[in-house]
Amino acid sequence: MTETLQERSPRVGDGEARTGRRRRSAAARTHPGLWLFPLPALVLYVVFFAGPTIQAFQYSITDWDGFSAAYQNVGATNFENIATNDDLFLGAATNNLKFLLVVVIAQTVLSLLLAVLLQRNSRSSTTLRALFFLPAILSSVSVAFVWKFMYDPNFGLINQVLGGIGLDGLKSSFLGNASTAIYWVALTQVWAHAGQLMVIFVAGLQQIPEELYESAALDGASQWQRFRFVTWPLIAPATAIVVAYTTIQSFKAFDLILGLGGNPPKGSLDILSTRIYTTFTNSRFGYAAAESIVFMVIIALVSFLQRRAVRLTQHGV
Amino acid sequence: MAASLTRRLVLGIYAAIIVVPLVVVVAGSFKTTQQLFRSPFGLPSSLAPTNYRTVLTDASMSTAFVNSVIVTGAAVALTLAIGSLASYGLARIPGWRGWVLYGFLVLGMAVPAQSNMIPQYVLFQNLGLLDSRVGLILIEIVAALPVAVFILTGFMRTLPRELFEAGLVDGAGPWRTYRSIALPVSLPSLAATAIFLFVIQWNDLLYPLLFIHDPTKTTLPLALLNFQGEFLTNYPLLFTGVIVASTPLVIAYVLLQRYFVAGMTAGSVKG
Repeated sequence: MTETLQERSPRVGDGEARTGRRRRSAAARTHPGLWLFPLPALVLYVVFFAGPTIQAFQYSITDWDGFSAAYQNVGATNFENIATNDDLFLGAATNNLKFLLVVVIAQTVLSLLLAVLLQRNSRSSTTLRALFFLPAILSSVSVAFVWKFMYDPNFGLINQVLGGIGLDGLKSSFLGNASTAIYWVALTQVWAHAGQLMVIFVAGLQQIPEELYESAALDGASQWQRFRFVTWPLIAPATAIVVAYTTIQSFKAFDLILGLGGNPPKGSLDILSTRIYTTFTNSRFGYAAAESIVFMVIIALVSFLQRRAVRLTQHGV
Repeated sequence: MAASLTRRLVLGIYAAIIVVPLVVVVAGSFKTTQQLFRSPFGLPSSLAPTNYRTVLTDASMSTAFVNSVIVTGAAVALTLAIGSLASYGLARIPGWRGWVLYGFLVLGMAVPAQSNMIPQYVLFQNLGLLDSRVGLILIEIVAALPVAVFILTGFMRTLPRELFEAGLVDGAGPWRTYRSIALPVSLPSLAATAIFLFVIQWNDLLYPLLFIHDPTKTTLPLALLNFQGEFLTNYPLLFTGVIVASTPLVIAYVLLQRYFVAGMTAGSVKG
């Protein structure tokens, strides 16, 4: 509260800072040298980040191939094609949606389960937490290569194990099966990151006062009821973070797809980020820029809707 | 009792799911393809580093390793320096101006890399910064700045105002206040951010893939990806590559685990 008040006075001063006297008093508060601190970051950001982002919009209404000096302004044609006439983009969007759903649901449930089981700071719990976190630090290309072997239809670990225990019927070609390949990649993503998100849940769980569980137990609440009516509502903020982060992650799974699906990835494994990259490497700069704008809008939209949904469920509980 | 048994069972199975693939990879890096296929779980018959020799010489992974060290080292250090300066300024510029600048910088987190990479590619091409380690360092810094500023400013804003005002009364300018007060106090958050940056910049594939075509300038993730075409199903060599690329991270993780968890959590909480 005091901080808001302190911040208010210079704000009022700024509005009236036209007279010299006012300006001097504001300057005494805000040393002009302070403006130099964010300057390097701002210059780099404007020139190499914000500028190119705006340029992406300019490219998106052209048919530029990246090399020719001349290109045409084609208006909304690129966007129309993306929306109505582009099976590759549609396929990538569908795959991305499947990937997102599996990863968000499986990863949230699994990381919460692990967190509940490992929330106490005993020696064995902290050791297991450190172990489960480990895959998250590996590069996605590394993770992809580990799982490429797991999934190898002929020599892969999973099929060998299934054969070894007499479950040959469950053997699968995994990534070779176009209709299910993307789900196997989703499980790889969960393997790599569930432990990372578990940590966020553990932090949330450890903030829940022990007394709440005790009084719930006194009231005769079962273990499930204690989870449902104490844990679940109180870790809602952590759940919101995990779901939001996992969603963004699912749109960024570029490296994992290239590692498991090849470069360019086969159609059954193409997602939006790899689709844009492939369009770009095929020298269709204008069209790829249009795709990238659609991509940005989709991410913003999904994040927004999700935030609304999370807020609704939190009030619902 | 039953609950604790279920708990152990679930944790045991999950631990196996994490550990078994990693052990198979480590053991596999000392095997031939045939040995790996015949007994993936078996211990290697010898610890002769044949695959490592192949990977580090023939496949030019050693060049990639050196490049990764240079690029990641410079990118982490510079992102931290630029980000730390910015966060200090943004946290101390009072009123809406500080917040507007902060919001403008942090807005970059909502822009996926694929959405500005094409104009960035053209810009770097025009500046002669493709196929250049300097160019790669620059783009890594730029891409990480929004989230670095987000994490570091968040920390700077938690510092009490009086801490800085005490310096002002003594007649110290912003630079001295930064050097002697803000910087030392924010060392833990800088360490966590450094680890976060280390992980994402060491592992980054997109920008090397876009900007680097010269094999002498390649970094580890790209070298690893290109491996795939070269060795296709020579899994022992792929595994060796994975281990070479991951070793610095794993060593750092073992030594600095707390900072990994803090840094990578701060990076993910960005929402």
